[in-house]
Formats: sequence, C-alpha cells, structure tokens
Amino acid sequence: MPIAYYPGCTIKVSAPEHEIAALAVMHALGLDLHEMREWNCCGVVHSLATDNLIRHMAPVRVFARLQQQGEREVVTLCDMCFNTLARANQVARRQPEQMDALKATSGDELNYDGSAEVLHLLQILRDRVGMAVIKARVRQPLHNLRVYPYYGCKLLRPTDVGLDDAEVPTVLGDLMAALGATVVEGNLQTRCCGAYHVVNRESLVAERVAATTAQARANGANAIVLSCPLCHFNLATRQSDPDHVLPVLYYTQLMGLAFGLPPATLGLPDATALFPEALSTAHHAQAVPICTKGER
Amino acid sequence: MTTSIRIGGGRNELLQKVEALSGQHLANCYQCGTCAAGCPFHQAMDLLPDALIQHLRLGLPGILERQTFWICAGCDTCSDRCPRGLDIARIMEALRQICLREGGDHPALTQLERADLGALPPIALVASMRRNSG
Repeated sequence: MPIAYYPGCTIKVSAPEHEIAALAVMHALGLDLHEMREWNCCGVVHSLATDNLIRHMAPVRVFARLQQQGEREVVTLCDMCFNTLARANQVARRQPEQMDALKATSGDELNYDGSAEVLHLLQILRDRVGMAVIKARVRQPLHNLRVYPYYGCKLLRPTDVGLDDAEVPTVLGDLMAALGATVVEGNLQTRCCGAYHVVNRESLVAERVAATTAQARANGANAIVLSCPLCHFNLATRQSDPDHVLPVLYYTQLMGLAFGLPPATLGLPDATALFPEALSTAHHAQAVPICTKGER
Repeated sequence: MTTSIRIGGGRNELLQKVEALSGQHLANCYQCGTCAAGCPFHQAMDLLPDALIQHLRLGLPGILERQTFWICAGCDTCSDRCPRGLDIARIMEALRQICLREGGDHPALTQLERADLGALPPIALVASMRRNSG
C-alpha cells in the first residue's frame, strides 16, 4: 500500500531535486509515495514556549487532514518538517487537553487524537526496505566516492524524536556503504549548520560551513551527503571559495546514481561532470529483482 | 560599581517568567558547563548558557540585553546532553519571547532585499520569522 507523503514547502520551492530523486528511488524499490491531497506548512520550528498553543495548529492541521484521508502513517523528506511534526505529535499524545483547546479554537474542525505516525524517509529505507535490499538494487556502485555524511540537528535531536543515536548516528553512513561508497567520518557530522541564521546572521553559518567542509576534506571526502534542505542550502551555497566547492548531495540522489537511474531523473545535470572519478563503470552488481510489496 | 543580587531575598520576576514560559526549574542546574562546551555557537555568545542560567538565578542585571539567546539556533545539543535534564533551548526561547512580547516583534526578513527573499528557502524564512515574533 502506498504511503502518504507530506512534502512541506521547501521541498516544493527550493529542493525539488530531493523530491524527484526520492520518488524515483522509492519507485525503483517498489514502494510508491503518494502526496497528501491537502497539506500546509508545518510551521518549521516546534514552539518551545509553554503558552504558545496556537503555533501547534499548523502541524495538527496536517494530522487532521491525514486522518480525513483515512490514513495513519505519513512520511516526509524534510528534517525540519519531520522534527516539527513528530514533536507536535508528542504534544498531542502527552497533553490531549491542548488538542481539545485547538479543536475548540478551530470551531471543532481540527479534531486530532494523536494517532498518526510520523516517519522520515530514512526510517522507511532503514527499517522497512533494509540495507540488504538497497544494496541488492545497486547497479553502479559508488566505489570511488568518499562521502562525508552530515546529519545536522533535526534528524537526531531531541533524542525522543530523533531517528538515530544523537551522538553517533549511522543511518546515512550505512546507506552510503550499501551503495558502495567509502564513508568518511568526523566529529562535526552532528553539529548544527547555523540553520535559519542564514537569513540575518550569515557569519555564524559561514563559520560552521567552513569548519564542516574543512573537516570533510581533511578526512578525505570528495562529497557531502545529507538529508535536510536547510543544511543543503547552507552547505552548498555558503562555502567560501566558489571555485573549489565540495559537492553536496541528497542521499536520494546518490541512491539513484547507484541504482543506475538517469541523472536527469535525480535533479542532477550530469553525474559524471559532478564526480568525474567517483562513479565506477568497471563493476556492475549482478541484477537482482527489486523489492516488491510482497517481499517487504 | 555595586551590584545587588537577590540570593534568598526579594522577588526575581524575570526568573519566574522564564520558569513559567520554559517549564524548566533553573535551580536544577549544577553549573557543570556541558551546555557551553557543546554549543556550536558559544564563540559568538556574550554570556555562555551556564552563566546565563546563573545570572538568571541570581537576578543579575542586563540579561535581556544579551545576545546569547538570539544566537541560540535551537539545535538541542545542550538540552540533549544536560545531565540534570534541563531543556536549555526552552530557556532561550523563554528569554526571546519575553523580549518580543515586551519590545515587539522584529522579523529579520523585513530587512531583506527582494532577491534574497527569493533565494532563501522557505524553511529559513519561516524559522527566522517564528524565532523573532512573539
């Protein structure tokens, strides 16, 4: 059964390449995502003040729409949407009286009982598809890619919504290893990129980007892989030397390349131009059946 | 210069407001400095998070003029690592909210050129707006 998919604003406006790559890769794995019929911005950041209930209305409206569609699970690609939705869902479960207040505020339209399950696409890939199936789907292993997985914040923290160990996460590294890439580690993989400070405190972002890319290079990486569209924007556009930029890619794009999908279907102009030496053409994994619904 | 502190005496209204808005009990902090040590932006702060908590507890002046809580991006590293279970990101949000509610919103995007507005991803703009409005 297809899984309901919540894109969020930035995937549609600023990161369409992540979406088209994700849809292509999931289709190749036999799992289709179908976009929610009606959705709105999640609010981007979880409200941390005890009295700011109205700021939970946006994510709760998403859950209400999901329930109206008759679905319980919703998957997202964006780390900030994942975090905001998951934390709002915690509020709904732990403080049902807050949902009663939102329901009353909305004229009884938003009736949400906390029963939705918020999933990140990386959880689907790791926990349902599995790294072995992903590895078996690889047609063009990324043998020459030395990739630095960058996790940032919102996939991991707070720990009760994070999808991996907050201090030593492995999901992106395991995924890259399944694609045949060499994983390059470093202690800045989980340090914040500066996030929204790119709007008016750019120097904070520039400093984080410089430190992270310097570590990735020093440890031998020829690319950075990540998941979050805001981390991607900061790391891809705020590197100090425009003539010497470390490529920044979404994991979905690298999966697509390894699966042998055409770069144009992954939002990539020309993979070989991006990584002249990274894609192995000498070795092709033996063809195996792709994952189908019945096999999961 | 003399500075009066309110150890055990007088009402510390700012502390009360911060505790109410954050849901955190600042007496729990034992000043280990784990929050400051792990903060990715500590170099840019004019008062480290553990010191900010101590200033709040003692009722020292000038806390709302500090930049620390504006520089905090809410990455939750400190909140996750605090051995006393304090959600420090919520303390930072409480201080932002007190400033914004008393002094008015100051959304940074009103200062941006149209081209920058078009180039920045919506998550950056909306997050910035939310962190700068009460």
